[in-house]
Amino acid sequence: MKKQWLPIAVFSLLVAFLAIGLTLNPKAVPSPLIGKPAPDFTLPLLNQQTAFSPQQLRGQVWLLNVWASWCSSCQQEHRLLVRFAQNRTLTMVGLNYKDTPNEAQAWLDALGNPYSFVVEDQNGQAGIDWGVYGVPETFVVDAAGIIRHKFTGPLTQQRLDNELLPLLNTLEMTQ
Amino acid sequence: MKMHLTALLLACLSWPAQAMIESYRFDTPEQEANYRELIFELRCLVCQNQNLADSNAQLAQDLRQQVHHLLVEKQADKQQVVDYMVQRYGDFVLYNPPLKTHTALLWFAPLLFVALGVIWLLTLLRKQANPLDKETP
Repeated sequence: MKKQWLPIAVFSLLVAFLAIGLTLNPKAVPSPLIGKPAPDFTLPLLNQQTAFSPQQLRGQVWLLNVWASWCSSCQQEHRLLVRFAQNRTLTMVGLNYKDTPNEAQAWLDALGNPYSFVVEDQNGQAGIDWGVYGVPETFVVDAAGIIRHKFTGPLTQQRLDNELLPLLNTLEMTQ
Repeated sequence: MKMHLTALLLACLSWPAQAMIESYRFDTPEQEANYRELIFELRCLVCQNQNLADSNAQLAQDLRQQVHHLLVEKQADKQQVVDYMVQRYGDFVLYNPPLKTHTALLWFAPLLFVALGVIWLLTLLRKQANPLDKETP
């Protein structure tokens, strides 16, 4: 009697593992940078002579949004970011990744500019340091300059409401 | 005709090699060997089932350039390049997963399965040798 149940038990176990596997997102690569200091860079602001470095934002919670004019899912996310920036005072840095200043500026003129600063990373070096592999990506950095969360792919209203806003609220409270 | 075929064949052979080498210059043959080994071991994060050597994604090109830069300009050794990549992209960037507590199952599951198989086989063989074993206490 016991023996008859063994194949069914093994099969069920296998099905359970495969079912769990189906719910996982294989594209989501956990960032090793979470809980670590934000990588430093010094890059020019878009169409300006001044340079920007994350060090300048020490003491406040801020977002780094990696975007490019050639990235179609950034466009999808951009509307949300513009609305978000209107409703909440928060420093949002746009890292313009592997783009040209003209195209980036045209994109912002057409779709609106939700960013406090737009930084040009033309050769993608800062992107590599931040472990960027698929734009758009959004990092949450706390007042001590530690990366607290990373969103890969476009932000949606759901991710904004369920993940980003609660995190920002707790970070700003402990600030 | 035969000449044409040979030329075609040669062209086919040289195509992937050309796409991969990207005319990088190295100071020593050791650097070049390290470079080749690294781009086969590191994963392209955009097209996740390809390594840096196979992929033509923009990020893969940038990372190949970065590997070259680290080896030649910064005089890094192989382990330093691997550390550099893991620091930014995590263990996921490695095709050869390191042995850690959370990867222990991955490493030892095959051994576990072999052990289970051996136990199963032994019990089966013992039963066949003594078919009456079970009935006699």
